[in-house]
Amino acid sequence: MADALLDPVVLARIQFAANITFHILFPTISIALGWVLLFFKLRFNKTGDAKWMEAYGFWVKIFALTFAMGVVSGITMSFQFGTNWPGYMQAVGNIAGPLLAYEVLTAFFLEATFLGIMLFGQKKVSNRMHTVATILVAGGTTLSAFWILVLNSWMQTPAGFEMINGQAHVTDWLTVIFNPSMPYRLTHMLLASGLTVSFLIAGVSAYRYLKGQTTASVQATLKTGVILAAALIPLQILVGDMHGLNTFKHQPAKIAAIEGVWHTERGAPLMLFAIPNSETRSNDYAIGIPKLASLILTHELNGEIKGLNEFAEHPPVGKVFWSFRIMAGVGILMLLASWLAVWQIHRHGIPKASVSRLLVAMTFSGWVATVAGWYVTEIGRQPWLVQGVLKTADAVSKVPSGMVLSTLLMYLALYALLLASYISVVFYLARKPAH
Amino acid sequence: MANFDWAYWLPVIFAALMVISMFAYVILDGYDLGVGILLELEQDTQQKDKMIASIGPFWDANETWLVLGVGLLLVAFPMAHGIILTALYLPVAIMLLGLILRGVAFDFRVKAQAHHQPLWNRLFFVGSLLATVSQGVMLGRYLTGFAPGWGAWGFALLVGLSMVAAYALIGASWLIMKTSGALQQRAVRWAQRSVWFAALAALLVSIATPWVSPRVFDLWFSLPNVFLLAPVPIMTAALFGVIAYSLPKLAQRQRNGNDNFCWLPFAATVGIVLLSFFGLVYSIFPHLVIDQLTIWQAASSTDSLMIMFVGATFVLPTIIGYTIYSYRVFWGKAGELSYQ
Repeated sequence: MADALLDPVVLARIQFAANITFHILFPTISIALGWVLLFFKLRFNKTGDAKWMEAYGFWVKIFALTFAMGVVSGITMSFQFGTNWPGYMQAVGNIAGPLLAYEVLTAFFLEATFLGIMLFGQKKVSNRMHTVATILVAGGTTLSAFWILVLNSWMQTPAGFEMINGQAHVTDWLTVIFNPSMPYRLTHMLLASGLTVSFLIAGVSAYRYLKGQTTASVQATLKTGVILAAALIPLQILVGDMHGLNTFKHQPAKIAAIEGVWHTERGAPLMLFAIPNSETRSNDYAIGIPKLASLILTHELNGEIKGLNEFAEHPPVGKVFWSFRIMAGVGILMLLASWLAVWQIHRHGIPKASVSRLLVAMTFSGWVATVAGWYVTEIGRQPWLVQGVLKTADAVSKVPSGMVLSTLLMYLALYALLLASYISVVFYLARKPAH
Repeated sequence: MANFDWAYWLPVIFAALMVISMFAYVILDGYDLGVGILLELEQDTQQKDKMIASIGPFWDANETWLVLGVGLLLVAFPMAHGIILTALYLPVAIMLLGLILRGVAFDFRVKAQAHHQPLWNRLFFVGSLLATVSQGVMLGRYLTGFAPGWGAWGFALLVGLSMVAAYALIGASWLIMKTSGALQQRAVRWAQRSVWFAALAALLVSIATPWVSPRVFDLWFSLPNVFLLAPVPIMTAALFGVIAYSLPKLAQRQRNGNDNFCWLPFAATVGIVLLSFFGLVYSIFPHLVIDQLTIWQAASSTDSLMIMFVGATFVLPTIIGYTIYSYRVFWGKAGELSYQ
């Protein structure tokens, strides 16, 4: 155990994973929340109803806080590429470099500069300019998501390059950018952001409502959150399925781990529960629905799914298997909760207290699903850093383990403090009566 | 143009862009971090709010210049990025800790529960200080080519402390320009104190650098360089003189409601940083890692640099354009920070 903890590859991975997990929480909110703020503002511009400006005023505070958390944890990322994975840029820097550069140049400055105007410039610029600033901030966050998902997708399904002396050289930029998994991954992530935000808004608004803030503004945001969630979740399930089929084609080992299929099978069952056992290379305590996995992935009852045994190297099964089930489970819960709430709003104008409490409990459910989904896709790519091109172990830095371990502990303590502060301040702002 | 050698020039262009980004960062986030350091000297909460209001609309974009600078190192010179950031692992980690604390404290100090707010003010200061010192230490380590031993580390620490004086001076100059009344008077006093520390620090670093690096010694003190370069230290000293001389006069006039030349200390400080950057680049070019790696050895493929160069020629002027726009929106004395 102690040896494993001091293994530089394991440590570098834990540190990077800790950072990227912490980081992704905040962009996941700010990407979609920017567009929701624009929606509030446009509603106000059109109707002149003060409740929309009140909604804007409340949620822009949470946006500012979230944005700051995303910025500071993102800066850490730009350094850790070099400190933790120097071999990564040396091997694929010719591709990753320009993509990251375009992210900084086209997205970071844009969102950061107009954020200042969006937050503090309302009295200094015209209403039209303020609306434009809001659009540019929301557009900037989305553009940033585009570039980073292009790069991530390229690492999963690399295309448009050739290897010369161990270095990737681009042959066609359009093929690099529109690599086979990019459209699915980008859509899946943007929808995940939309869902995370809709549950955040629904949860916080339900909390405010339960605490006695029954204003028109709170009711309007509650409704916005619930309806957005109910509309996005079926889309997400559909896109998730398409993304799965794409992965089945390009990264079959990842799918085998997701489904817990050890031996190549026809008519494979969909596992509801199992404990994958890498010693016996089989599943313990397996409960599954016969033939369903084959049906979903091949659209045939007796379709063939390649088993893990077919691959010389494959990702760790248990982590991928369970992360996937957490993601899908939260997704199903989201479907039930949002549709139930929509039905009640339709019937009574406002969800019942019990459903409101469920929404409060699910305030940050989007985070759970998003992070679990990312674990599926990133752990599912192992042992590769760039699928078929570069192994994770070959990219790691030679920084002494002790130093990585001590900075890791520092980061973990900091992230725990900040996450607790963030959640507590979100609910504190929700309790504070609007003036 | 027929024989224009892109393989030679693109790394030079990207090195120049990197230096420009770092320069922009040191000035822009320098005043943010300086104000963060000075925050500890101000007891009054309302005055603290005013200090932070002067940097509120800008800090996020200011910090992005660091991301661009380090990003350019990463994407244009991947070999050097690995070597430099691995060698600077610890100070980088501490700087990130500082930048994280500073960045989130901006929001938490006004949004958190009232009894937590003093803590976030304190963390704002601590974060700014940590980031400043570690940036100086990184520069110091870099200048010695990451040499081991107490001497080299002592030098790095000296540069770290010098950075505190430098950023405090930039921050105080910024406040003189962006505030008025009692706070402006206090900012003048902070600038008066920090200008001496900054001048002393500049002197010590200028003496210590050629002393720890024989390469730098030869570059500056061989003939005829010593005469050709003499204007650099002379102009630096003159600018320090301008600041020290102007501060008491400014305070006097501002007490009488005359705010002319409130920008002078800031402009002079920018000049000093510019001269320091010139000295730095002159001492190092064309190396990226001193005595180990030149910019051409460390550069990405010409194709990759070209695609970024094409993008940068379009996008950078746009960025500079809307940055200027944003400064014009918030021109003049800082008002209260409000979302309304």
